[in-house]
Amino acid sequence: MNPMQIKIEKANKQGKVGLIPFLPAGFPNREQFWKELEELDNAGASVIEIGMPFSDPVADGPVVEKASLKCLDDGINLAWIFDGLKERKGQFNAALLLMGYLNPVLQYGLDAFGAACKEAGVSGLIIADMPLEESDFVKEAIEPHGVSLVPLIGLNTTKERMALYADGAQGFCYFVSVLGTTGQRESLPTRIKEKLTEAKEVFDIPIALGFGIKHPDQLKEFEGLMDAAVFGSALITHIQSGNTSDSFMEPWK
Amino acid sequence: MKKGYFGDFGGQFIPELLMPPLIELEEAMKTILPSEEFQTRFTAMLKENIGRPSAITYCPNLSKDLGLDLWLKREDLNHSGAHKINNTLGQGLLAKMMGKEVLLAETGAGMHGVATTVAAAMLDMKAVIYMGATDVVRQEPNVNRMRLMGAEIVSVESGTKTLKDAINEALRRWLADQENTHYCFGTAAGPYPFPELVREFQQIISKEARQQFMDRNDGDLPDVVVACVGGGSNAIGMFHNFVPDESVKIVGVEAAGTGEPGCDDSAPLDHGTDGVLHGMKTKLLQTEEGQILPSHSIAPGLDYPGVGPEHAHLQDIGRVDYTTINDSQAINAFKVLSQREGIIPALESSHAVAYAIENKDKLQGKSVLVCLSGRGDKDLGILDQIL
Ligand SMILES: Cc1ncc(COP(=O)(O)O)c(C=O)c1O
Repeated sequence: MNPMQIKIEKANKQGKVGLIPFLPAGFPNREQFWKELEELDNAGASVIEIGMPFSDPVADGPVVEKASLKCLDDGINLAWIFDGLKERKGQFNAALLLMGYLNPVLQYGLDAFGAACKEAGVSGLIIADMPLEESDFVKEAIEPHGVSLVPLIGLNTTKERMALYADGAQGFCYFVSVLGTTGQRESLPTRIKEKLTEAKEVFDIPIALGFGIKHPDQLKEFEGLMDAAVFGSALITHIQSGNTSDSFMEPWK
Repeated sequence: MKKGYFGDFGGQFIPELLMPPLIELEEAMKTILPSEEFQTRFTAMLKENIGRPSAITYCPNLSKDLGLDLWLKREDLNHSGAHKINNTLGQGLLAKMMGKEVLLAETGAGMHGVATTVAAAMLDMKAVIYMGATDVVRQEPNVNRMRLMGAEIVSVESGTKTLKDAINEALRRWLADQENTHYCFGTAAGPYPFPELVREFQQIISKEARQQFMDRNDGDLPDVVVACVGGGSNAIGMFHNFVPDESVKIVGVEAAGTGEPGCDDSAPLDHGTDGVLHGMKTKLLQTEEGQILPSHSIAPGLDYPGVGPEHAHLQDIGRVDYTTINDSQAINAFKVLSQREGIIPALESSHAVAYAIENKDKLQGKSVLVCLSGRGDKDLGILDQIL
């Protein structure tokens, strides 16, 4: 079983939702990034989602975009991410996931990417600009290295498409809570419940709800319909204001 | 061949949340587009609103100067001043018949924004136009026109503040507003079905030009057909019906920017490598690590680090030659065509005209048919600073 699923299910068994914090690699700077990862890990993250910065992140809102572009300016690249993770291999309790866009991964080379993930202890990959129709060649290249492609679905994904995504899916399924980009929102759409119910029927791996989430209170109404929560923009904003990951994670513990 | 691909290029590399509207669009292409109602209304609009067929014009003075026969396909004579209107009225009508209320578009030179705004006004829809902040300044006359016709204009401050970033922001808006909004993509690029849909509306350029040229030349075809390539829509429109004609040499002209070593350019087919951006696998200007490089051209409509996938394929199979023209060569063509024929071309189209001028030695005695994709009024501000 993929480590991401194991970690989320472990949290669930303890009566908690799995926690999946997101930070762009190298944010807020090269040194502090690794400290933030440690804090997130110590605070009980099930999966840590590390953003691979890309120049044209179309699925991201302004907070993530700005943070990612700054990391790019600071020279963060895949080699830096893999080197840093290799150095720290075995130090994280959480499973590790890389999230980004297809082009940098393609240029790295799909097979080399899969191998580097394995060496670095990464067990999952999200490619924001790659729907089902285009995903086979990526899956084929990374799965032999023990890396699972995490499906992204949303409010407008039909149950039929969900079933296609569910076929052979590993790790967890990422349910996008809004029709839109990443970013904090005051309230979440009411249709989420109905679609989460559909997703629950289709997927036999955990379901994580993400986009627009900043506080555990937001999740109460979805109890039983989701297994994990992803938060990025809220965490980034929190760190940008001079706080640490640890204090962000406090209400989630 | 896999659906949505031209050889190795094309595809649908976009977030899952955009698949439902793309699938809806693909359906509409299959059902609404061929319907009699669509075809009848569209044909009437081409004639009454755009002024099609557009002329082809022989250039007697420049032909004599250059020692070749220079012909222009006059998309600059279309209502709103460029080829872009063929596509926006087509997509606009399709969207209207799909029940959409808003036309969303990105624009570089502003011509696609203007054309989308015209379509929205005609079809009683709302236009929302994303434009890079740099281009908002560079193409002020078009911004004013769009405002006058009632468009909501969003100036994009992120990234390089040009066309590529306008596309990013427009895609984000479409993600959020997909229910009643059609993304009226401006060029033969992006995720399937846009490259095919836009080509479908632009191929009228070569359908007309081929017949018009033969009518004027005892049934002969031109020796060379030329168009400028930004995203690639006027070019694919100009090339499409000549592709099967083996005797016709086809040339696409990309923008070389200032042309100095190491400068930014907008020539992914000439200087780029394979990659994925804006929903398509194509040729891109990018770093070895897959980050998209900034592009540059004096012509805002060519200032794009990618290109439509069909062009990457036509290059791959050797059917079309792609070459570059730099800013100063384009400015020269802008002046020469204005002075010798009384036609002020868009800076984008000037790149195509410049090909004939710069290659006149090779082209002696040949007939060269150039797509004049748009008129240059919009560029007088840029040229003011240079002339
Ligand atoms: C007059 C004109 N020609 C050409 C272009 C380039 O677009 P494409 O390559 O899609 O024809 C533009 C784009 O704005 C334009 O305004």
